[in-house]
Amino acid sequence: MYKIISKKLVVPKEFDVWVEAPRVARHVKPGQFVIIRTNPQGERVPLTVADYDREKGLIRMIFQTVGKTTAEFADMNVGDCLTDILGPLGTPSEIKNYGTVLMVGGGVGIAALFPIIRALKEAGNKVYTILGGRTKDLVIMKEECEKYSDELLITTDDGSAGKKGVVTDAMVELAERGVKIDQSWAIGPSIMMKFASLKAKELDIPMFVSLNPIMIDGTGMCGGCRVTIHDQIRFACVDGPEFDGWGVNWNEFMNRMRQYKDEEKMSLEKYKAEMGEE
Amino acid sequence: MALDIAPKRLPVPEQSAEERIKNFNDVVIGYSIEEAVAESARCLQCKNAPCIKGCPVSIDIPGFLKAIKEKDLEKSWDIISQYTNLPAVCGRVCPQEKQCEGVCTVGRIKGYEPVSIGKMERFIADWKAEHGSKVAPKVPEQTKGNVAVVGSGPSSLTVAGDLAKMGYKVTVYEALHAAGGVLMYGIPEFRLPKAIVRREIDNIKALGVKIETNVAVGRSVTIEELQSHFDAVYIATGAGTPHFMGVPGTSLNGVYSASEYLTRINLMHGYEFPKYDTPTKESEKVVVVGGGNVAMDAARSALRLGAKSVQVVYRRSLEELPARIEEYHHAVEEGVIFNWLTNPVEYVGSETGNIVGVKCIRMELGEPDASGRRRPQEIKGSEFTIEADTIIEAIGQGPNKVLLSAFQELKLNKKGYIDADPETGQADPEWVFAGGDIVTGAATVILAMGAGKKAAEAIDKYITEKKAAGK
Repeated sequence: MYKIISKKLVVPKEFDVWVEAPRVARHVKPGQFVIIRTNPQGERVPLTVADYDREKGLIRMIFQTVGKTTAEFADMNVGDCLTDILGPLGTPSEIKNYGTVLMVGGGVGIAALFPIIRALKEAGNKVYTILGGRTKDLVIMKEECEKYSDELLITTDDGSAGKKGVVTDAMVELAERGVKIDQSWAIGPSIMMKFASLKAKELDIPMFVSLNPIMIDGTGMCGGCRVTIHDQIRFACVDGPEFDGWGVNWNEFMNRMRQYKDEEKMSLEKYKAEMGEE
Repeated sequence: MALDIAPKRLPVPEQSAEERIKNFNDVVIGYSIEEAVAESARCLQCKNAPCIKGCPVSIDIPGFLKAIKEKDLEKSWDIISQYTNLPAVCGRVCPQEKQCEGVCTVGRIKGYEPVSIGKMERFIADWKAEHGSKVAPKVPEQTKGNVAVVGSGPSSLTVAGDLAKMGYKVTVYEALHAAGGVLMYGIPEFRLPKAIVRREIDNIKALGVKIETNVAVGRSVTIEELQSHFDAVYIATGAGTPHFMGVPGTSLNGVYSASEYLTRINLMHGYEFPKYDTPTKESEKVVVVGGGNVAMDAARSALRLGAKSVQVVYRRSLEELPARIEEYHHAVEEGVIFNWLTNPVEYVGSETGNIVGVKCIRMELGEPDASGRRRPQEIKGSEFTIEADTIIEAIGQGPNKVLLSAFQELKLNKKGYIDADPETGQADPEWVFAGGDIVTGAATVILAMGAGKKAAEAIDKYITEKKAAGK
């Protein structure tokens, strides 16, 4: 069960894997995620489903190595099995014909954004996509996103691809060109989602963001993933992961993400020492 | 009345408080055979046996005690296991003092203590596991029908075991990676060792019950799929969504729901970090809000994780404390400090967003409320602050909505729990049965098991009649 069928390194520290998970593959929709464990003593970690093959019973995950679990996942090979995959979890994205949509992605968040782009295109929307990264190589899935976008804009911090700048610059550019957006999504690093949401509010564009707080069970049982949206406590695992970006309490969200920073570092260093790395 | 029995129950050996706060091992060590035989001799074998009526699963208590007295432990096990699939669990976590022992005839005699029934149940289950014959149970042919059970807590395990014994093919779906529900994620090792839960689950699997983990019904498997593959479905998904007080500062780092705190520790083995990957914060000053068993479990877990001080704040007084009295006494012995008639009004954070204290207010008891208990009211101007780096809220849970939100046709009651017949567990639509906390709201393991027992009979009747009608 949960066998790794293919694996490739996309950019340094980012992996693209297909894994057997028939139940998830049969039912997953854009915007949903799974909880994985890499070993019987492992942590339960949420990862977005980037794609799926319902017939073959496979799901695709694109992840970045951040802590111990993702490092261990990255060290696994084709043919190895994950200990657990639970899903699909979370409320799917609201896919319909909005008219014109704007899709903003950064880092591995692009992998989460991709199935939503595709579904929105298939639902008849005109799709503008902005992908951002520090440098050219970090902007992943360009071709796949482009295929389902009417226009794709890229921004890089160093100007190595697309426009030099950040995603909000491209949002402003579209607004200045008079592009009228009915609904938007931003998925990427917290800081990117925060500033994209602030800019969206300024430009009066409704925006969904996908939040990935610390989570344990993923089924609404522990309350660890609570986030404050428009001054209300919500659970990202069941009420989300997508929320109205205008209403997120970003400072609190980012602070809660740092809760276990020291422990996470310790765990990763212990793992690296065991594996004989660094 | 001169009785030929000892007035006091035989004390059960326990780990000393100083020792046990350094480990997560079972607090109670349990009776030896000699002690169990002696204690069982205190049962009067009275004809009306109020203990049986006091037990939600109606165990033949005089029967199993008599067998212990006669040193026929195998027979004692056979008697108990006719009534419960989880005796080692029940012997540890049932509120016996309010049920079987609360109505025990011996306990009603002035100066006498009731027979130690709970500890005897635990004794016989543990004895069986260690010394009893290992003959595999007879698995009946499972041809009467197919039943799906959603969730794998005590109610589910009971219904699954009973239906398997009756000849049904049962599949249990569990969303987490380990079966057992609250027995695995909620109740700490020192009160209910996980090896014991696994042992009792293995006994249920040996009856032919199939347990599939990592399946969130409503998401991994749809309701339509359930309906087309099974003759009936039993839902016991529990009251697993934590409530929060909602006071300012709830989202500060260091504020936990008891569900999160206990799940990190129990299911994820946070107390063994970094051997296990899921961390639990090291705390010095812990405040637990609430007065139920979950609050006691959280407070006592925090001590074992090395906290220097653990204080419980409870808005009523000891008299109204909902926790089992045994757990309260254990907590006091271990050093937990209780602040009665106290309620938090604000969590105070540092500039970096971490909790540093809890602002509380004193309470007094006014007129009785709907629950019959006197309503706590704030005493104006009585605020004070307790220093804390960790707050654990244990103030109750609501229905878990993962399945309910995917099952719109299922009839719910006003509080959002499943509307099921209290006698049969049958819900609307009629192929669905439900029991445990998802019907009653947070209650006890044994009540959940009682609901499972009744539902097993009702499901058998429903499927038998349906098949007879050729549907």
